[in-house]
Amino acid sequence: MIATKVDIAKRWGFHGVEALKEASPGYKMVMGFFALLTIVGLAVGLHGFFVGYHHVYNVSREMIWGMLIAAYVFCVVTSTGLCIVSSFGHVFGSEAFMPIAKRAVFLSIVFMLGGFLIIFFDIENPFRMLYYNAASPNLTSNLWWMGTLYGAYLVFMMIEYYCLLEQNHTVSRVMGFFGLVVGIAAHSNLGAIFGMLHGRPFWYGPYLPIYFIFSAAMSGGCAILFFTTLAWKINPQIMNQRMERAMKAVCLLTIYFIAIIMFFTLWKIITGSVAHGKSVVIASLISGDYAINFWFFEVFLGMALPMFLLIRSRGNNFNMILWATGLMMVGIFFMRYDIVIPGQMFSVYHSLGVEEALQRISYVPSFHEIMASIAGLSLVVLAFLVGEKMLNGHQLEHHEIVPEGAYVCPGCGGIHYMKEGETEEEAMKRHHQVW
Amino acid sequence: MKFPAIDTLKNEGTSSVTLRERRNFLKMGLAVAGVYAGGKVLSLTSLVATGHASSGAAIVEEYPYNPHYSMVIRQAMCIDCELCVGACNETNQVAPPNYRTRILTKKYTGTLDKQTEFIPVLCNQCNNPPCVRGCPTKATYKDPRTGIVMMESKKCIGCKTCQLACPYDARYFSDARRAIDKCDFCWETRLSKGEELTACAAACPTGARTFGNLSDPDNVVYRLVHQIEEKVWVIRPEDDTKPNVFYMKGNMRSVDNILKGKSLDFGETF
Repeated sequence: MIATKVDIAKRWGFHGVEALKEASPGYKMVMGFFALLTIVGLAVGLHGFFVGYHHVYNVSREMIWGMLIAAYVFCVVTSTGLCIVSSFGHVFGSEAFMPIAKRAVFLSIVFMLGGFLIIFFDIENPFRMLYYNAASPNLTSNLWWMGTLYGAYLVFMMIEYYCLLEQNHTVSRVMGFFGLVVGIAAHSNLGAIFGMLHGRPFWYGPYLPIYFIFSAAMSGGCAILFFTTLAWKINPQIMNQRMERAMKAVCLLTIYFIAIIMFFTLWKIITGSVAHGKSVVIASLISGDYAINFWFFEVFLGMALPMFLLIRSRGNNFNMILWATGLMMVGIFFMRYDIVIPGQMFSVYHSLGVEEALQRISYVPSFHEIMASIAGLSLVVLAFLVGEKMLNGHQLEHHEIVPEGAYVCPGCGGIHYMKEGETEEEAMKRHHQVW
Repeated sequence: MKFPAIDTLKNEGTSSVTLRERRNFLKMGLAVAGVYAGGKVLSLTSLVATGHASSGAAIVEEYPYNPHYSMVIRQAMCIDCELCVGACNETNQVAPPNYRTRILTKKYTGTLDKQTEFIPVLCNQCNNPPCVRGCPTKATYKDPRTGIVMMESKKCIGCKTCQLACPYDARYFSDARRAIDKCDFCWETRLSKGEELTACAAACPTGARTFGNLSDPDNVVYRLVHQIEEKVWVIRPEDDTKPNVFYMKGNMRSVDNILKGKSLDFGETF
């Protein structure tokens, strides 16, 4: 029995619980802090569950979805994004992206679970959902599709991760492909939940289902850069030539996606400011109640500053990348918040011009909402911290990075396999020939 | 009848028909077909035009249910006494601050006759309900008999998508049912027990709320919706929800006549 355990641990590159015990006191304190935060968040969330969420949350009949939905969207966007970014390498075969795959898939599962935990604290009858989602499906409902597809996505990602550990790259590639397709479909449906509400002009239209996909790719790039550099701070040994090359590639990709999201945001503002129903919300983002959220968090922290820092970092200044993407994660959270909350700032009767609907509906998250969101988010951080130790920084073995019959290309940093009788130089030429 | 001459005549064959004659024949055939096809298109166009001729009927277009429950609100009659709200809360066990119906206030400046107008609102029991489309578990559905949008509370997961989807703010979370709750035109509490009016319509002292069956041409609701003398409208028509709650000012003589069941009345001055 013990022998098999050891065997699996070795095969999967696990360091097991031993690694947690061996961690430095500082690391243990940080882990303890996030564990405590998760437990307190869970306790507060469960308190809300038993007394009834709407009694302790600041949501109301007209401000229906609050901070928890924003936090849920943040988590699942990041999860889908991690899946998208990791798929470039181990699904579509772009070698530069391969080293990030294991950590990305692990984190995408963790973010998904964090998202599910947060949504548990928003859905009034979560247990009914488990039964009636299968027993009484409504195929016209985007929410049904999102829930069902995300369920399938989680299963695919888990099988994929298992196969990555088992070094079964064929199955992991197939699962990764299905996970990607299902994840994107699910995520697009999440956008469509908002985009198909005709009573809500700020959300209505094909913009959000499309924006969510690109936004996910940006968040995924940001998250993997952030967590890889953080892992490098924890254990500098995870960096090697291949990983450095992967960081450069992801960094470039993230810059591209930030640029795309800049365009999305720019045109949302410009077209929205002349559209009936949207213009009031756009005005509040630009110069009203949500101006700080929008300009400082969403535009400056979420896009402008990280773009500048990522370009400056050249993809190899990891400290700069860590700062850029860390601040960007905060900015991205506000991006989600700025979609969910301002979309409900006016009553559906606002256009009727009645007294009851003239004022905008204000919203400040309650203690319970903040703590329930923190439960999910700190669970993600805790799982990351534990994962880095127990899973040995998501490497196989420290010095077992280059397999037999291969070498690290001095030109590109990738692993090249040599055919029989081939020299390293010939192999390099063969790998890098332009076809 | 007999044509003996034909039997004796010699068959000319088709070779004697000239090319010009053939072409003329084909042209005539095409012309006949064209007239019919064109006429069909024209007739369709004119149908659309008649569809829009009456003000209220054009909004609904069809009444797929029987009884097709519907409400016409005569806005000018509402005095904001809120007896309807009270009656609704009592009948349907709605605990404030929740409500199934409410009265909105619209203020005007610079008008001579009125400065304030009251607009009662409730669930519009849409023919094309966005809440039903959005519900993941079919907990809310369009009743196939009456067209009322109903709730099956035990299926409600409490995701609140229907609440956001509703362009009429007609839904709220009910603690007692542990589900989203909404106006069901008093189906559960009154109509299914043989009553003819909803609690709010029965309680209204001014007759601002007129309730009835839209698929019955003799019903007052049908007659109010299908007259063209006074404008009939719905709230948020741009959402294309096909509501079954109609609005009109409702203070014209022609409307009174309909309500009194008179076909023609020119009043005392004539």
